[in-house]
Amino acid sequence: MPPEMILPNKQDFAADQPDTEGAAAAAPLQPVPFRGGGFVARPRRIIAPLLFIVLIALWEIGSRTGVISPISLPAPSEAAGALADLVTTGMLWKHLSASLFRLSAGWTLGTLLGVTLGLAIGLSSTVRAGLAPLVAALFPIPKIALLPLFIVWFGIGEGSKVATILFGTFFPTVIATYAGVDNVDRNLIRMGQSFGLSWRSIVRKIIVPGALPSILSGFRISASIAIILLVAAEMIGAEFGIGAYILMAGALYAIDQLIAGVALLSVLGLTVAWLIGRTEKWLLAWRA
Amino acid sequence: MQLIARSITHAYDTVEVLSDVSLTIGDAEIVCVVGPSGCGKSTLLRLLGGLERATSGSVLISGSPPADSLNPLTYIFQDFALLPWRTVAGNVSLVLEDHAMAAGRRAAIIADVLARTKLAEFAAAYPRQLSGGMKQRVAIARALAVNPAVMLMDEPLSALDSQTRELLMDDLVDLWTDVRFSACYITHNLAEAVRLGHRIVVMSRRPGRIRDVVEIDIPIAERAGRGKELSEIQDRLWNLMREEARAADREITDAA
Ligand SMILES: Nc1ncnc2c1ncn2[C@@H]1O[C@H](COP(=O)(O)OP(=O)(O)OP(=O)(O)O)[C@@H](O)[C@H]1O
Ligand SMILES: [Mg+2]
Repeated sequence: MPPEMILPNKQDFAADQPDTEGAAAAAPLQPVPFRGGGFVARPRRIIAPLLFIVLIALWEIGSRTGVISPISLPAPSEAAGALADLVTTGMLWKHLSASLFRLSAGWTLGTLLGVTLGLAIGLSSTVRAGLAPLVAALFPIPKIALLPLFIVWFGIGEGSKVATILFGTFFPTVIATYAGVDNVDRNLIRMGQSFGLSWRSIVRKIIVPGALPSILSGFRISASIAIILLVAAEMIGAEFGIGAYILMAGALYAIDQLIAGVALLSVLGLTVAWLIGRTEKWLLAWRA
Repeated sequence: MQLIARSITHAYDTVEVLSDVSLTIGDAEIVCVVGPSGCGKSTLLRLLGGLERATSGSVLISGSPPADSLNPLTYIFQDFALLPWRTVAGNVSLVLEDHAMAAGRRAAIIADVLARTKLAEFAAAYPRQLSGGMKQRVAIARALAVNPAVMLMDEPLSALDSQTRELLMDDLVDLWTDVRFSACYITHNLAEAVRLGHRIVVMSRRPGRIRDVVEIDIPIAERAGRGKELSEIQDRLWNLMREEARAADREITDAA
């Protein structure tokens, strides 16, 4: 309502009209202050790289000006130099391919076996009664402590390293899988039964897709465990591999190389996390 | 085909839920079941469709279902029970995939039931993109796809708002006029019961027994225009139920 229309009104009824529009029009108008912002995660793509660059730059400046002593921490440019050496000598690919092979073999086998056993536990009361306590008992054992045993069983070569990663990824995958099966909406299963779907169809079309979110978040955890175990296993009796490279650099106090190796690990971790993120986006598109 | 429940008694552990319930659902007949909360209506429906076994008594089928019926006893659930990872068409397809048929025929069935439930343009949508009423129409389409002899419906409209409920009720009436399915329809809503039921079974509080059966002989298609008669029947039903509902309410209060 335009103010001209209100003003005469106001004069007419000023005495007996308390807080009407007329009175409000006379008082100064103020917008209601906005208080609703924040607390929502929004993508801010530039912040992470920016922060990263700023931290590296500060570190470089600190090293150049002598604030950070070169003995305790070499400048990032020196670590980059070590990385460049790796590339030019062709050793980067040798270390990386050895590590990637162990990681993918161990993680893939551990995951396949883990999902299989997890489904078996989730679907069969007998298997659950027998194996769920066993899994709970074996899960907390640090697999790296068993490495000497794996060396005896599978040899000092690739076998023991792959086995360490395999066992490390197996248990969290089992638990994530059967927890996922347990969480599938019972009504959906009952719906499948009521339409006379076969057991196979119910498992394949209702239970597995329903358990998938939990299985995939298990993958995130098992992938990180796999990288940690990879490095640990490569520190024992490996010629090539990122872990071996880091161990060697540490033994020689070549801190620039050590930092280059750690950076490689970070990149590896980021890549794996990104891959799993893509897989989730693709397989769980229906959740969006 | 008729679905017959013969003196069913059912107990969970020591709690008797149903006591000596006998009921016949005839060809092309809609039987509505009303009764106080907790009297065992959902349990009765699960027994009727073979999802649970009664402690005593039996559920029988007389005559054989139509030859083209893929799933003679078919449920429609209160919470729709759609797979969130499948599209509308995929949800309907799910119940056909276990039956050997040419892909073309399956596609034709899906297109037909989606058209009959006015969902043709949403075939590629996911359940999260649909309103509650549309989700229940998908569930109805899925049920129609297997050509059921008897539909078992447990409060199919109670998760919906009242306008949507009205519209879906009209849809059900049209559908029944069209396909003449038979149904056991459980509801709390007496207006729904008098609108859809040929017979209305009133159950007592737990343990559920059949307290009374009210027959309505107005043809279903004509009921929309005969509100006065229907509301009289509704009042009669409410009088039958009032005491039971009150007593059931008191029992729950005592137990708490
Ligand atoms: N699986 C079960 N195990 C044990 N008790 C059950 C089970 N299912 C139902 N009951 C009990 O059986 C009784 C009847 O339950 P039911 O769900 O059949 O009632 P209802 O008539 O459908 O109620 P409502 O109208 O609220 O849906 C209730 O007391 C309930 O607690
Ligand atoms: Mg119920």
